[in-house]
Amino acid sequence: MRRMSNLRRTVSAGVLCLFVIVLMGASDEDARFSQLGHKLMCVCSCNQVLLECNHVGCPYSDRMRGELAASMERGDSDDLVLQSFVQKYGPTVLIAPTTKGFNRLAWIMPYLALVLGLTTVVLIVRAWKMRPLAMPAGGIAPISGAELDHFREQARKDTEV
Amino acid sequence: MAEIGSFALLSALALSVYCFLAGLLALVLPRFQTVWLGKITWRTAVAGFALVLLAGFLFIISAFVFHNNNPYLSLTYQCTLVLALALCACSFAIWVIALLRSRQADARLGETARRAGIATFALVFLAALVLVICAFSDDFSIAYIFHHSNRDLPIPYKFAVLWSGQEGSLLFWSLLLGAYGLVLRLRHKTDVRLFAHASVIIAAVQIFFLLLLNFAAHPFAIMQGALPADGNGLNPLLQYPEMVIHPPMLYLGYVGFTVPFAFALGALIMKYPGEKWIHITRRWTMVTWGFLTCGVFLGAHWAYSVLGWGGYWGWDPVENASFMPWLTGTAFLHSVMMQEKRGMLKTWNMWLIFTTFGLSIFGTFLTRSGVVSSVHAFAQSSIGTWFVVFLIVIFAVCLVFYILNRSELRSEHKLESLVSRESSFLFNNLLFVIACFTVLWGTLFPILSEWVQNHKITVGPPFFNRVMIPLALLILLLTAVGPLLAWRKTSLASLKRNFLWPSLGALATGVVLVALGFRPWKDISYLYSLVTIMLSVLVALTVISEFVRGGRVIAQKTGQGLFASMVHLTHRNTRRYGGYIVHFGVIVIMIGFAGAAFNQDKEQEMGFGDKMAIGPYTLVCQSYTQEDKPNYGSEWAIINVFKGDKQITTLYPERRFYKASQQTSTMPSVHSTMKEDLYLVYEGQNNDTGRPIIKAHLNPLVMWIWVGVWIMIMGTIVALIPNAVPVRVTAPARVQVAPVSVGD
Repeated sequence: MRRMSNLRRTVSAGVLCLFVIVLMGASDEDARFSQLGHKLMCVCSCNQVLLECNHVGCPYSDRMRGELAASMERGDSDDLVLQSFVQKYGPTVLIAPTTKGFNRLAWIMPYLALVLGLTTVVLIVRAWKMRPLAMPAGGIAPISGAELDHFREQARKDTEV
Repeated sequence: MAEIGSFALLSALALSVYCFLAGLLALVLPRFQTVWLGKITWRTAVAGFALVLLAGFLFIISAFVFHNNNPYLSLTYQCTLVLALALCACSFAIWVIALLRSRQADARLGETARRAGIATFALVFLAALVLVICAFSDDFSIAYIFHHSNRDLPIPYKFAVLWSGQEGSLLFWSLLLGAYGLVLRLRHKTDVRLFAHASVIIAAVQIFFLLLLNFAAHPFAIMQGALPADGNGLNPLLQYPEMVIHPPMLYLGYVGFTVPFAFALGALIMKYPGEKWIHITRRWTMVTWGFLTCGVFLGAHWAYSVLGWGGYWGWDPVENASFMPWLTGTAFLHSVMMQEKRGMLKTWNMWLIFTTFGLSIFGTFLTRSGVVSSVHAFAQSSIGTWFVVFLIVIFAVCLVFYILNRSELRSEHKLESLVSRESSFLFNNLLFVIACFTVLWGTLFPILSEWVQNHKITVGPPFFNRVMIPLALLILLLTAVGPLLAWRKTSLASLKRNFLWPSLGALATGVVLVALGFRPWKDISYLYSLVTIMLSVLVALTVISEFVRGGRVIAQKTGQGLFASMVHLTHRNTRRYGGYIVHFGVIVIMIGFAGAAFNQDKEQEMGFGDKMAIGPYTLVCQSYTQEDKPNYGSEWAIINVFKGDKQITTLYPERRFYKASQQTSTMPSVHSTMKEDLYLVYEGQNNDTGRPIIKAHLNPLVMWIWVGVWIMIMGTIVALIPNAVPVRVTAPARVQVAPVSVGD
């Protein structure tokens, strides 16, 4: 009796696990569909992501979504799915530049500019900092009058904002 | 009546040409004749101006009385712009002559040029007014009105007709430039010579736009063939209340940068000593920047409310075009402080404002030329070449005068420490400029790709998000750090004192958010979101600590309460504390952006009584129906929204079909709270079942963005208010200063 109960429990647990795995699979497929759909543009010249094109009667978006789903059902890899879209609709169907060939430059340039800019600023700051102040011969004489006013004005400016 | 108006206008044209010739003669004739010619040109200009006013009055009456089917009238409207061009060219030429001669007697010539500039504004205003009147009176004999208006167009949108098409928006550019020029010319006594130089440059820019209006994009071109019974109507995407104010705001921003540009170039040309041009243009720049900020965010709100994809920023080329001058303009607003306080970065500031103005023109070029595809393709044509030539001319003029006069732009001081306010401004500027470069690079890369690879590619939101978010976070970090650093050098003790508590507060926020279920390790967007919120808290705490610290000092001196003291403090240095309020607005916006990492959406066909669950909400379709209105027909659903068992609101997502333009448009329905937006879109109908397809978006924290914008506007207004009590140094008894030694 107890063995039967254990068996039933094991079978139930197994079915439950299978159900969860199937559900997870479905959820993964939805996530993959969403992920791939967000890497593609609708080609109806609305300039929108495929899954966000909301034109009534759009001649492309429904068909493209269908093609995406069909590719996934065939078991195509992500690269293959995207490649098939590029072959059919041209390179503009991909929403962002690839990281191959000339397109790699699109990704590199902003970071390169940032690194170059930061380096330049640091070097300039260091060069300015290292430059010695011009020292009058015989040390610094006491200041007064207009010159003192000038320094007071500078101090006011420096501390005001 | 229209004939009399035309005659008056032509007479004014003749007089302005005469003014121009007399000015040229004044250049070559001896002194006596110059004075005499100056008087003549001045009086002629006054007579011409009176005739222009007469013509304007007659035209306005004619536009109401003789509208429709009167091509002759349309041509005479265009004459207004021809005359404006003639007067503007006259103003420019006479002013250049007066400035070149630099004699006392030529002041009268300068005055003539100033008044001609004012008259130019009057004429452009007249042309714009007549175009709006034509829209209101459904004068479809004018092609522009036919293409952008129709009889059933609601009244507020008839105003929007002025900027909804290419010709009208160029006229609007010209009008706003004329208005800015008018204010500048009326305030010329502040510094006659500097204002004269700035006026010449503004007149030169105005000439470009008037040339476009007269030779490339006629707003008053007449319809060929039989007169149509009704117009094509306004683009449906533009039929939204914000479109009545979004373009004017954006244009006020774009055009407004002409003023600081004109002063900067003018100061460079005349080798203007000191930083007075910066003091003069400070408010102009802030006002312009404020308008551009409003314009950019109104555009974002329009995209959110009309385009129906659930987002507010899609990195569209035209959005980018408005964002680029904002980035460099923001950098300029910060870096001019270095020039004002320390006499540094003079060359940088000069080029920054040149670039900002160039990007404003470039933005208009992107919008109008059609070189990049955009959802904003409202008004594309082949005038791109004009803009390219103009941009080249601008660059060449700036470069020539920079090379000639660069010796005037030497820094007065050098940077003393890496940990100082100066270096924080340097890094701030670097980040803003790199951000601008990135946006420009991404926007133009498809064109570059076409040149190199013979095919276009798309550079969409994933590219910009991946590159721009880290830059935005670095800028946010500097927003926290920069204001608390001292000029020249900041000591370690001061850093510790200022940042200890804000940093601990930011870290504590991160810990609390992770404890509440934030999982930054699961997705990079969650990590960015967490870092954004932590940095925002850091900025907020540093800003608050600045207010509290200053408030306490005043409270101790005056005995006022802390809040009253903080208000007093703000009033004493509005620019500084207004700036802090703007920073506060920025972080509120950034928190709003951080919410995007948690967006959800769901799509479902919904019949009567059908339910959809999204987040904490349950949507129940109560009904769906159709409606026919004069301007459009619509399909819409009535969706009851429940939270738990309680109904909290009813939403009406709608899809419209505009009859005149034969185009559809979505009207999303949104339930907004500070926590999240429930955003419903009527996607269409299932052809088989006839039931509506509803897409629901749950967008957290979107409201924060709009609240943040209001705070930014408030901060800008505060910064524009004059200080209550000028900060003065009391003159103490003179003391002998002991010699000091200077170390390194």
